[in-house]
Amino acid sequence: MIELNEKLVFDRPESVIDRPTHYCPGCHHGIAHRLIGELLDEMGLAEKTLLASSIGCSVFLYNYLNVDAVESPHGRAPAVATGMKRARPDKFVFTYQGDGDLASIGMAEIMHAANRGEKICVVFVNNTVYGMTGGQMAPTTLIGQSTTTTPNGRCQTHDGSPIRMTEIMATLGGVAYAARGSLDNVKNIRQAKKYLKKAFEFQTNETGFGFVELLSGCPTNWKMTPLQANERLQNEMIPYFPLGVYKDVSEDGGVC
Amino acid sequence: MSKQPERIFVKGNEAISRGALAAKCKCFFGYPITPQNDIPEFMSTHMIKAGGDFVQAESEVAAANMLLGAAAAGIRSMTSSSSPGMSLKQEAISYMAGSEVPAVIVNINRGGPGLGDIGPSQGDYYQSTRGGGHGDYRHFTLAPGNVQEAYDLTIKAFDIAFKHRTPVLILGDAILGQMKEPITPWEPEAVDEEGGRDWALTGRTDGREKRLIKSLFLAEGSLAGQNKHLQEKYDSWQDLAECEEFECEDADLIICAYGSIGRIAKSAVRKFRKEGKKVGLFRPITLYPFPNEQLRALADQGKRFLTIEHNMGQMVDDVRLAIRMVADSDFYPIYPGNLPTPDELEEPILNCLEGK
Ligand SMILES: Cc1ncc(C[n+]2csc(CCOP(=O)(O)OP(=O)(O)O)c2C)c(N)n1
Ligand code: SF4
Ligand SMILES: [Mg+2]
Repeated sequence: MIELNEKLVFDRPESVIDRPTHYCPGCHHGIAHRLIGELLDEMGLAEKTLLASSIGCSVFLYNYLNVDAVESPHGRAPAVATGMKRARPDKFVFTYQGDGDLASIGMAEIMHAANRGEKICVVFVNNTVYGMTGGQMAPTTLIGQSTTTTPNGRCQTHDGSPIRMTEIMATLGGVAYAARGSLDNVKNIRQAKKYLKKAFEFQTNETGFGFVELLSGCPTNWKMTPLQANERLQNEMIPYFPLGVYKDVSEDGGVC
Repeated sequence: MSKQPERIFVKGNEAISRGALAAKCKCFFGYPITPQNDIPEFMSTHMIKAGGDFVQAESEVAAANMLLGAAAAGIRSMTSSSSPGMSLKQEAISYMAGSEVPAVIVNINRGGPGLGDIGPSQGDYYQSTRGGGHGDYRHFTLAPGNVQEAYDLTIKAFDIAFKHRTPVLILGDAILGQMKEPITPWEPEAVDEEGGRDWALTGRTDGREKRLIKSLFLAEGSLAGQNKHLQEKYDSWQDLAECEEFECEDADLIICAYGSIGRIAKSAVRKFRKEGKKVGLFRPITLYPFPNEQLRALADQGKRFLTIEHNMGQMVDDVRLAIRMVADSDFYPIYPGNLPTPDELEEPILNCLEGK
């Protein structure tokens, strides 16, 4: 008998629960979940983590990560996370929010949690649409982008301009770290993980608020194949939402 | 309970704040609005002194959601507001009811609708007793009638919240909040500060199973199951309904009034009693659960009823439901915007007594 000598080189992180997700083929939410799961394992955080989940396609994140979690109302996760962190300052608290959730209905909550310098992390998944409700215009929808509520494309004079959240976050006093990554290819995914790790560290060393935006694909509502979606991400989204670190207080000299 | 002999002279708002401290409340989230500002102002220093935390939130929406987060983490927490702010808190209160998160919320009711005024009102009775947000839910609602009771009921509110995993509302008004009276503060003996041991979010320390606090139930039958469970919980509260019955025994006419209006009506009852007129007062202390059985017992004795409220007629619905098929209640409204006085109540009470 031939002995099979397989070596497992890519396993599921322990913090990610072994169950099928409800995401569409080619959706990037799953990649973001995995990166978080890997970091919770590597940084030994899973047992002290409290998640404030949000409303959007990722509402079931709490079914996929093996951590304590509370379901927040639409847009309110930064306030819920504030409450949890103030109640249990020794825990690791994070939110995971879409662009409709964070940059539209939850704009007040994200701005003020960031400005207060809450020692929490925010993972912001920007796919330029309201994914869960069927692809309506989001605050991040690009000019000219067709959605179910902008069938002729987003018009700047009628609908306003796409909001660049990471740039805004970087201007706020309480923010220790703000960076934008992308989940469209392996290189960017690796870089995105580094950004997330840095943001997590700013909480574990009690420095302040960490914010990471992840540009993500929604092939279903973009009406594209997963590969076309990745191309759109590179050709249209990244030029408008440039990648990189926008604020890092460990380099800037720190907040007080 | 260990009573301390000390007496202090404080506003209703301060009594509520001190009651919360005595109940080992550890997190407070507020936003300025008159006439409840004394509460967040007091808490901003005392909550920190007590080893807890205070946040002035960016809005009532945020304050109520911070409450949801802190309470989900199993910590005794509170927020307070007044009517316009209460409308904004309803979203989070609905989530707390749905996901069974225990917390205490204070409404120092002011005039409405809209911006209304900053004077007293009981216009938020329906909102407070029907579940003011979306979905089919209720929460405990306590209505103190004086400053001592404001202190006592705040302590009680935390116990009820944690025992029944529910938001609890303390409903006062601008009179109660701003009125100063001497009270005797006391400390509850054993406060179970870790009351959420088996459900609270504390992290999966020691590798325990993860915990999830949620109100989304998509699987077939699961939301119906949760609603049934909630309704059974609400039904079980009926035994906990409380009221004050003052001079009711031989009364021909019972005045039904709660909170500050109950207190004003009591003055009128005292005056009529001196004149030998057989008037009594029925003052619900829990507005939800409503003291149906106590009221029904009075109706069974053939008494007549007059409900007086500082609104256009809200609690009178509950009075009529409680005594239906046996008796009915007349109603006298004090329009929100007008300040109620004991004198004003004499004529409608006399009219009722004389059957006019
Ligand atoms: C108060 C409230 N308003 C609206 C909704 C409906 N809703 C659910 S998800 C969603 C948008 C989600 O979009 P986004 O945050 O971008 O997340 P995505 O699904 O794209 O990941 C909306 C509007 C809701 N649940 N609650
Ligand atoms: S609709 Fe878009 S965001 Fe939602 S699961 Fe599908 S691809 Fe992902
Ligand atoms: Mg989106």
